[in-house]
Amino acid sequence: MDKSIKELHELLKSGQITSEDLVKESLKKSHEIEDKYNAFVTICDDATEKEVTDSLVSGIPFGVKDNYSTKDVLSTGSSNTLKNYVPFYTATVVQKLFDAGAIMVNKTALDEFGMGGTGTTCHTGPVLNPWDKTRMCAGSSAGSACAVAAGVYPFALGSDTGDSIRKPAAYCGIVGYKPTYGMLSRYGLFPFASSLDHCGVLTRSVEDAAIVCDIMKGKDECDMTSWDSSHIHLQESLTGDIKGKKLFYIKEICDLENYPNANEELKAHLENFNKTLDLLKEAGAIVEKISIDQRLLNAIASVYVVISCAEATSNMSNLTGIIFGPRSDKQDVFEMMKDHRTLGFSPLIKRRFIIGSYVLQKENQERYFRNAARVRRLIVDKMKELFKTYDALILPVSSGPAKKLDEDKDIIDKNTSVLEEHLQIGNFGGFPSITIPNGFVNDLPVGVNLTGNCYDDENVLNIAYTLESMMPYKGQIAKERE
Amino acid sequence: MKKQIAVIGLEMHCELKSNSKVFSSARNSYSEIPNTNIAPLDMAFPGTLPVVNKKCVEDALKMSIVLNCKQPEYMFFDRKNYYYPDLPKGYQITQMTNPVGTCGKIEIEVNDQLIPVHIHDIHLEEDSASLDHFFDTSNIDYNRSGIPLLELVTEPCFHSANEAVAFLEHMRRVYQYCDISEADTKKGQIRCDVNVSIMDEDATELGTKVEIKNVNSFGGVHDAIVYEIERQMKLKEEGRYNEVEQETRRWDEETASTIRMRSKVDAIDYKYFVEPNIPKYKISKEWIEEIKGKIPRLHLERKQDYINNYGLSSYDAEILVKDKEISDYFEECLALEIDAKSASNWITTQILGYINKNSLTINDLYLNPKRLKDLIDELNKGSISTKQAKEIFLKVIEEKKEVKDFINKDNAQISNKDELTKIIDEILANNQSQIEEYKNGRTNIFDYFVGQVMKQTRGKANPVLTKEILTEKLK
Repeated sequence: MDKSIKELHELLKSGQITSEDLVKESLKKSHEIEDKYNAFVTICDDATEKEVTDSLVSGIPFGVKDNYSTKDVLSTGSSNTLKNYVPFYTATVVQKLFDAGAIMVNKTALDEFGMGGTGTTCHTGPVLNPWDKTRMCAGSSAGSACAVAAGVYPFALGSDTGDSIRKPAAYCGIVGYKPTYGMLSRYGLFPFASSLDHCGVLTRSVEDAAIVCDIMKGKDECDMTSWDSSHIHLQESLTGDIKGKKLFYIKEICDLENYPNANEELKAHLENFNKTLDLLKEAGAIVEKISIDQRLLNAIASVYVVISCAEATSNMSNLTGIIFGPRSDKQDVFEMMKDHRTLGFSPLIKRRFIIGSYVLQKENQERYFRNAARVRRLIVDKMKELFKTYDALILPVSSGPAKKLDEDKDIIDKNTSVLEEHLQIGNFGGFPSITIPNGFVNDLPVGVNLTGNCYDDENVLNIAYTLESMMPYKGQIAKERE
Repeated sequence: MKKQIAVIGLEMHCELKSNSKVFSSARNSYSEIPNTNIAPLDMAFPGTLPVVNKKCVEDALKMSIVLNCKQPEYMFFDRKNYYYPDLPKGYQITQMTNPVGTCGKIEIEVNDQLIPVHIHDIHLEEDSASLDHFFDTSNIDYNRSGIPLLELVTEPCFHSANEAVAFLEHMRRVYQYCDISEADTKKGQIRCDVNVSIMDEDATELGTKVEIKNVNSFGGVHDAIVYEIERQMKLKEEGRYNEVEQETRRWDEETASTIRMRSKVDAIDYKYFVEPNIPKYKISKEWIEEIKGKIPRLHLERKQDYINNYGLSSYDAEILVKDKEISDYFEECLALEIDAKSASNWITTQILGYINKNSLTINDLYLNPKRLKDLIDELNKGSISTKQAKEIFLKVIEEKKEVKDFINKDNAQISNKDELTKIIDEILANNQSQIEEYKNGRTNIFDYFVGQVMKQTRGKANPVLTKEILTEKLK
């Protein structure tokens, strides 16, 4: 299970292993990982082998984040409000993988409904980092990142509203990719903030990410924001040639001098980033440093909080316990709803609901919600303007390797806030964005992110693929630090 | 106290016809059996998404055009957020920032006078589920959840209950003519909110507005307005107008009164924002033109046409336009060059009488305009009498045959002058004494001769011709 999709497919095709072997191994591994890192909500012990066909994923096990609706399999969103919810329909992207012959072996834990960046607010408890159990995986796709990094299977589904695929990927030393908004249908993904939510995948190589998304993508009659991508072939676009490609990075984020109080981890992280840039240049790409109005960058975090909390407040108003989820035994219907929500949601979520509700109130909406939408537009316009000149934006992910579990939790450090939050740009614009591992700091993995213009997924993946091939981290499995 | 005038505004919700619901694939159909027409979205299962029904948008645009509203450049929707057990998503998808129509104006007829009605806006939204309350439980039926609704909001431009109800009746007919709703209040397809205030006749500022929610019949609208005007007037007369509060009340059928629900101070903040799951959709000029082409001539225009250009009475014209199918039938008759008045007479008496008695629609009737034309032609030729025509009318319908099948020698009218003269001569020869009396001034005996002719011919003599010949002979 530590192999790539293509390698596994060849072994299956040649009869050296069977789908049954893979499922058994993956389930066994799931239980081990669950015991060690608490990565799963459900392990599908009744999962069975499937026929091996020409589809690369056929017969191969995979994981699904627990905020995807899966028919007849518990789907909780890692929330007590849905702790007993078994859906009767399967999300479009999951169904496409089923149809291609892939086998779901578990449902992975997440920050409750994706609303968190630590992987510690799941109703089943925190997910631990497979490289170092005292550290977090980041979130919200914590369980998926943990399991792929630990070698439970070659890929798992994630979702990404702010950086929920791309940050855990960095912290776990793997690849995390969210395609352009609408390339993957969101039908069946429990919504957090609809205008920012993306489906995506966590893998151990760029090629695997391309393979899985090639299968999942496509226009879906059930999602009006999905579009026809039949002309896009991700795997085929991985040529390894990026000569003449133009990339940019942002001075206000990447220069060490922006961080007068930088610790050793941050220094090493940025230094490592610069080495990565050199690799790109070696491959024939042009890499330029550009400057962006600091005020725009500083606004990213607040724009994200305002828009995501507002949409979340509304999106999660269906969670009343009347139709699904544990129903309160209160007599009055409004008391029932109140009881369900009071007991069901974690304090973090409730805080976000209050923010969301506040910024949508008539008297506040113009000042907060609408202004946030305007600033979002300014940021996206700025990026689109840059994408006229450049093929992609390259930036370091986070301010270093995975954080300690007992350190800050979702508390924004003013000094490095932009470094922590810039991946949200990819959600503001619906841009294709991929994180790949680019080395180690303190023996812990760190990641680098590439983001390109909408619909330019092939280009972005090819750059990531080329860069990946110049570094020794492709396919790496987490090794726990003593 | 100065003379008071009432100022009334209406919000009219009308359920639209469509195959599927406005944002889900469940059937849009009235059903007595709860929870039979539902899709996962209608119960807000996590992860479901709305998909806009294009037909509903088209119908909404149709109404926007009919009401002479401005249409927006882009179509998009908003969420109206509030918690209620009949609202599974916790928000209703509606249109707040960018309704499908704004600033409209139409004319309606009230007591044969045309009055203008100003439309604030019309917007497309989804209906909520319905609740049935019992002694200690309530049941939720999701059949209605997601059914397309058009909400029409007028300016406060009515001054009496009659005007308001005339508008509702006018609109009901417009919906039916455009075939976008059955507009049946009995099925709860039309529901209204009513705003009522009173003011001094010469005042420039409106009085305190009271909103009456969820009035579900036109009679209810009428009675609620009358009740509310009286209530407010009485308070004003007694010098207690300050007790009229800006509030929401409801119409209680049983007590025939309005009952306070909540004050405006407790108004809900619906926290509207644009629905992110439905991309903005450009409404092209071509589409608008295409929709315009699908709008039929509406009842008021038809009625005026019938009166002014076909010489019908207002009364008959009103009967003909009451139902589009009947009006279409009438217009088909005109196209076949049937005389307008005969067509109108036949439709308003025989045809409507027959279909009402037998619970049919005019389109079910075997006697189509072509057959009606055959019948009227025979009558005009004089080959059948009016009485016979009425008999043939029934026979054609009941035996599903052609008019000509019932026109034969036996029952053909005797319209041959020579033949009739021969019969009349014979009768006159046998009634010499009566001829004497007639000539001596007993002219009312004329009918006796006619009667004799009819008796002799068993009613088949052409009555006009008979009278003509008799008059000549008795000179």
